[in-house]
Amino acid sequence: MNEKVDVGGTRNEILLAVDDLRLAFASGRSLLTAVDGVSFSVAAGETLALLGESGCGKSATALGLLRLLPAAGRIVGGQMRFAGRDLLRLPEAEMRGVRGGGMAMIFQEPATSLNPVLTVGHQLSEVLERHLGLAGQAARARALELLMAVGIADPERRLGEYPFQLSGGMKQRVMIAVALAGNPSLLIADEPTTALDVTIQAQILELLRRLQAERAMGMLLITHDLGVVAQMATRVGVMYAGEIVEEAPRAAFFSSPRHPYTQKLFAALPNLAQRRGRLETIPGQVPSLSEMPGGCRFAARCPHAWDRCRQQSPQWRQVAVGHRVRCHLDDGQGAGAGSGGVSGTAVGGADAVAVQPMGEPALLAVDDLRVYFPIRRGILQRTVGHVRAVDGVSLELARGRTLALVGESGCGKTTVGKAILQLIMASAGSVRLLGQELGGLSRSAQRPLRRRMQMIFQDPFASLNPRMSVGEIIGEGMQALGVDPQGEGRAAAIAAVLRQVGLDVAAAGRYPHEFSGGQRQRIAIARALAVQPDLVICDEPTSALDVSVQAQILNLLATLQADLGLAYLFITHNFAVVDHLAHAVAVMYLGRIVERGTVDEVLRSPSHPYTQALLSAVPSPRLDARPDYIRLPGEIPSPANPPAGCHFHPRCRQASAACRERYPETSTLTATHTVRCHLYR
Amino acid sequence: MLAYIVRRLLYALPILIGVNLITFALFFVVNTPDDMARMQLGVKRVTPEAIAKWKAERGYDKPLFINGSAAGVGVLTDTIFFDKSARMFAGDFGRAEDGRDIAREIRTRMGPSLAIALPTFVLGLLVTVSFALLLTFFRASYLDFWGVVLCVAMMSISGLFYIIGGQYLISKIWKLVPISGYGGGLDAWKFLILPMAIGVISGIGSSARWYRTIFIEEISRDYVRTARAKGLSEVTVLFRHVLRNAMIPILTGVVVVIPLLFMGSLLTESFFGIPGLGSYTIDAINAQDFAVVRAMVFIGSVLYIVGLILTDISYTFVDPRIRFN
Amino acid sequence: MTFLPVILWSDLLIWLLVLAAIVVGWLSTGNPLLRAAWQRVGRSRAGMASATVLVVFVAVGLLDSIHFRPRLESREGQAVAGQPSTAYAIEVLSLLDALLTPLRTRTEKTYSEPLATRAYAKEAIEVRDTDGRIRQTRDYPRLKHGGAHLGADEGRRDADVGQRLLAALALGVVAWWAVAAMTAAGLARADACSHREAWRRIWRNECDFAWNAVLAAMAALLLMLLPMAMLAADYHVFGTDKVGQDVLYQILKSVRTALVIGLVTTLVMLPLSILLGVLAGYCRGWVDDVIQYLYTTLSSIPGVLLIAAAVLMMQVLIDTHPQWFETAAERADLRLLALCFILGVTSWTGLCRLLRGETLKLRELEYIQAAQAFAVSDLRIIARHILPNLMHIVIIALVMDFSSLVLAEAVLSYVGIGVDPTMISFGTMINNARMELAREPMVWWSLAAAFVFMFTLVLAANLLADAVRDAFDPRLAGAA
Repeated sequence: MNEKVDVGGTRNEILLAVDDLRLAFASGRSLLTAVDGVSFSVAAGETLALLGESGCGKSATALGLLRLLPAAGRIVGGQMRFAGRDLLRLPEAEMRGVRGGGMAMIFQEPATSLNPVLTVGHQLSEVLERHLGLAGQAARARALELLMAVGIADPERRLGEYPFQLSGGMKQRVMIAVALAGNPSLLIADEPTTALDVTIQAQILELLRRLQAERAMGMLLITHDLGVVAQMATRVGVMYAGEIVEEAPRAAFFSSPRHPYTQKLFAALPNLAQRRGRLETIPGQVPSLSEMPGGCRFAARCPHAWDRCRQQSPQWRQVAVGHRVRCHLDDGQGAGAGSGGVSGTAVGGADAVAVQPMGEPALLAVDDLRVYFPIRRGILQRTVGHVRAVDGVSLELARGRTLALVGESGCGKTTVGKAILQLIMASAGSVRLLGQELGGLSRSAQRPLRRRMQMIFQDPFASLNPRMSVGEIIGEGMQALGVDPQGEGRAAAIAAVLRQVGLDVAAAGRYPHEFSGGQRQRIAIARALAVQPDLVICDEPTSALDVSVQAQILNLLATLQADLGLAYLFITHNFAVVDHLAHAVAVMYLGRIVERGTVDEVLRSPSHPYTQALLSAVPSPRLDARPDYIRLPGEIPSPANPPAGCHFHPRCRQASAACRERYPETSTLTATHTVRCHLYR
Repeated sequence: MLAYIVRRLLYALPILIGVNLITFALFFVVNTPDDMARMQLGVKRVTPEAIAKWKAERGYDKPLFINGSAAGVGVLTDTIFFDKSARMFAGDFGRAEDGRDIAREIRTRMGPSLAIALPTFVLGLLVTVSFALLLTFFRASYLDFWGVVLCVAMMSISGLFYIIGGQYLISKIWKLVPISGYGGGLDAWKFLILPMAIGVISGIGSSARWYRTIFIEEISRDYVRTARAKGLSEVTVLFRHVLRNAMIPILTGVVVVIPLLFMGSLLTESFFGIPGLGSYTIDAINAQDFAVVRAMVFIGSVLYIVGLILTDISYTFVDPRIRFN
Repeated sequence: MTFLPVILWSDLLIWLLVLAAIVVGWLSTGNPLLRAAWQRVGRSRAGMASATVLVVFVAVGLLDSIHFRPRLESREGQAVAGQPSTAYAIEVLSLLDALLTPLRTRTEKTYSEPLATRAYAKEAIEVRDTDGRIRQTRDYPRLKHGGAHLGADEGRRDADVGQRLLAALALGVVAWWAVAAMTAAGLARADACSHREAWRRIWRNECDFAWNAVLAAMAALLLMLLPMAMLAADYHVFGTDKVGQDVLYQILKSVRTALVIGLVTTLVMLPLSILLGVLAGYCRGWVDDVIQYLYTTLSSIPGVLLIAAAVLMMQVLIDTHPQWFETAAERADLRLLALCFILGVTSWTGLCRLLRGETLKLRELEYIQAAQAFAVSDLRIIARHILPNLMHIVIIALVMDFSSLVLAEAVLSYVGIGVDPTMISFGTMINNARMELAREPMVWWSLAAAFVFMFTLVLAANLLADAVRDAFDPRLAGAA
């Protein structure tokens, strides 16, 4: 298969042409094919986004292009031509000239991708020396230019600093500067913003767009985020299980996705159109490398699959200019799933059950909660200050309701959750559950209240003990809290709760490593449910999961709330999830809640400048995504040393003198909507 | 950074006191001075008078911690603990069974010990790190495989056999250098070269394998991938990026033993008849000279603690995270 | 009874260890992660070949760990007041000693070379001349036992040795084929395939267990041990030492000493390091400070010096209290145990530090927090969540320490702070042999034999340790 790829709209020369690339990983005696016959091309000045969920082979493709696969990886076949040269035939010495000089790469984790013991200047100048032959003053001057180009303030000082002295966003900027140093004509960005907060993500994406335009670079952007694709891509290739299944120009991709997988991806995204309804899910999971099905690889999960799909791998089919798809379905059927990708079957939301009976105390009432961690310094390790992780947080939550606690990393939202659960000692303030004060209770006195609240953690791989069977994991809490008697009663209860979260009863005898990420999160939910709590604190329960799996978990949580009347404290950084699940929202910044209100109030008419900026920074997976957003300069300051006055004022465009002097009081906008900002005095 | 070093220094103090107490307990509480006297005098000559005399000669006739019969500060100072343990902090180690001043003896014997231990250490470090780097460079090849096999085989051989084999082959069969002995001045090299070579070779197995593990672990990190993506050659990646980072765990094991080089090596010195501290210790053990062994335990601990502090300081050179925090 | 069973403390600990190994094995089958790890060990060819070799060593060591005192032949039934007195020998023997009675009792006067029929040094001996007169000459005296079956026909020795070697080879080949065929048959039954197929799988390394390595190691062992056994019947295979004792016998006795030092030491230090390490990591705060201070202080004293001091003090204690011990064997045994304790005390700090660090990491994990959210008690959290997740570190430490301890024993015994001089060990053997290094011509066989056996033991232990570490270390397990 050697057809030329049409470059939508642009007439630039093709920089990189990949044809039928096959990559495999050695595992014991066998080779497992991770990338199976991928073809694409990138022209100067355009951005090709490779979109796919984890394990689909998109990162392996990027590393394969640079011939930097890990030790077990092999390039089994295909062709890669870059600037007229056959990369697979190039001797290693010449290939090194291509790396960094012709093609440069940015990695996902800026924290680990820079050498911790070399200065920023050193790491920049070695590229300059290698590819441009610059040394001494010339190299230094060029390095300064580069740092300025990527928007680093005070570049002179930063040159002599080490990566650990930089914030996450700055590290990624340095990483980009390193990549640009060799004047590459193609930039490969592998999930460049996945590890970053949403406001920083917006900064980095804007930077990448600007640099690409200035330098007329080609860009291969690897991502799982449809929002990022909408902002960045000229063309999109969708990868599934080691193959590209659809390729389209940006406009066609967002307006009429053809492959059922692409359509399902859109539908699984929580968005405004179907608030509080059920999300479309993709059943099952990506097949493992060792068990690739023979026909279409998506057939097992595809609602439209027919016999041919399971027997025969589909060929490319051109559906429009530059838009092609690998699917057996003809046009009628393919488009039947709906343009725009939305075909939600909305079920009655949880609103119906979420009525607070009058007179009963709020399920959870947190008042002026503070959690300070001491900072010890000096010879005697005396406490010289405190990290104010949580600094006076108050909130209430009624039975059957969901309160979303939203904020960027380091704002203290997880600490709030753990302090409510009494996993971390609060420094001050009160936490009351059903009117009963939790702080200061002895462990045995807390025991009956522990039944009432449980937690679901972020990482489904760290939250289950690998040495215990699923039954033991679920039974542990029941036993410790004396929920159910010994023997058969417990086994039945475990089976019931497993069914409740949609797992097979036989799962009780198996061990966590036999389950996928989404299934593990179901087990974690079952563990929490087993003690029949009233309140579940969900700490980013879907942030480690792929979009299609995330939808399954969100649906499950919604169902459980409707059936059992659970209340959720939903800790997250993801506004789309908030919109889908929550009744009320509280936005945190540096240990304090800056705005709270109902979902509509906070998301439709945000009042605090921080909320406004956060909302505008979220890349929206739509064609009409606003490329302009409220730029938030800088990053979150350290909670050990928050700015005087309003913590937000150094990053706020509307800051006045008052903001620099004192922290604003709470202003009430409506009965449910409050904000802490001097603008609303 | 200064506060960091001062803190490490202050932390060493209670450890030193702890070591002193442990040593004291070991030597004077496990066995009473009477037991020691009986042992030293031999069964035949044991009489109460002989024991009393033996104790009086060595100052073991005082109470352990508190002397009720003494006046003033003497209550605390006129005791075995003060005489034998507290004074060690001032460098006073008392006398050996042969009546010589231990501190003096230690000073004169340090030279030969260092003369052999220091070059062995430096050379050994160079050889093993280079060997490990070589194996890392050729990782997952036959060279690497057989290199590791060689390391495992070498570390399975007792140090005794390296010395015996070396002496037999080099000195006895080939008669290249004297089998043992020590001389001052320029002639010393011919006495030192064999123990040095043996010292280096016997250490290759375990060290090189350990360093290789560290290098291999370091080479799988993300920043190495970044360095390769920059277009740097494998040698540059290895020396500029990997070695720098691997220095941190390597230093932990290496710097701490530097002060202990003063103590020499028990085995090497006794086999080659080198009049250093190692052979001094062995002689004292065989002669059951408690005073000397006690002094050596204390000095060894002091040197080890100095090594710990040096390690902490050396971190500030190789790890900017400690230098700037 | 013809014997009086004697249970030495070290015997008790060794058999306890065997019991513990069985329990760990049984527990491992219940847990899929541990079972998978052991299966990875089973697939490692180097690991399984060394395990086969180690099994032989362990068997020797275990045989040598059943002790008894034989009854003395009471010639004149001197019963006191009608009570039949049974006097038992003061000498404590082991099952191995009993099996090796010929080797043990057939001592020569002094040194003799391997397979020699005559002593190593000339001596004044009386020779009966052809004319019947006795005259004194200096010659190599004929050995009492070495090659005694040859009688005067000493020239036939080479032929005899060759014959025995051939016989041993033939026997070895037959025995090996028998074992190999049985393995293939068993495998064929288990996998329900033909014998040919099973055979092919074994040698193509396609089984879940490294049978080919085991069979190869077994072939090598048979090839080494059978000739040795054949020759040992009438010769001193490795010669004799200064007091005329058979070197092969000494080697076999050394094995137990090495095993005790290598295994019991770790056993002694395990409870302490696990307890303190977990406590420090889990409780943090002042408990952590105290425990850290404790192990930093202890590890500040250089190991050899602390051992030297402790062993010296122990010697004084033992020598001044002879009444504590009934037999010399008991005294030597207690000294061996004391050495294990001292080695354990000086080496527990490393493992303790490791466990503390790992516990610190574990207690921050979300599944521990989940358990805390359920109000699970601390003790239960440690028992169910922390300890099982530390097991791999403990197992790795156990196997990794073994070889270094065996090596340490040799050095310590050589320096004079090791086992009791009357106890046969690799260290005392080397120490004794070293005295004769300066001799011309050199007495090399004791050293050579000790070297070969010690090297084999330590190498096998190191290779098995590597296999176990690779299989159990979560960081390495994925890569391999």
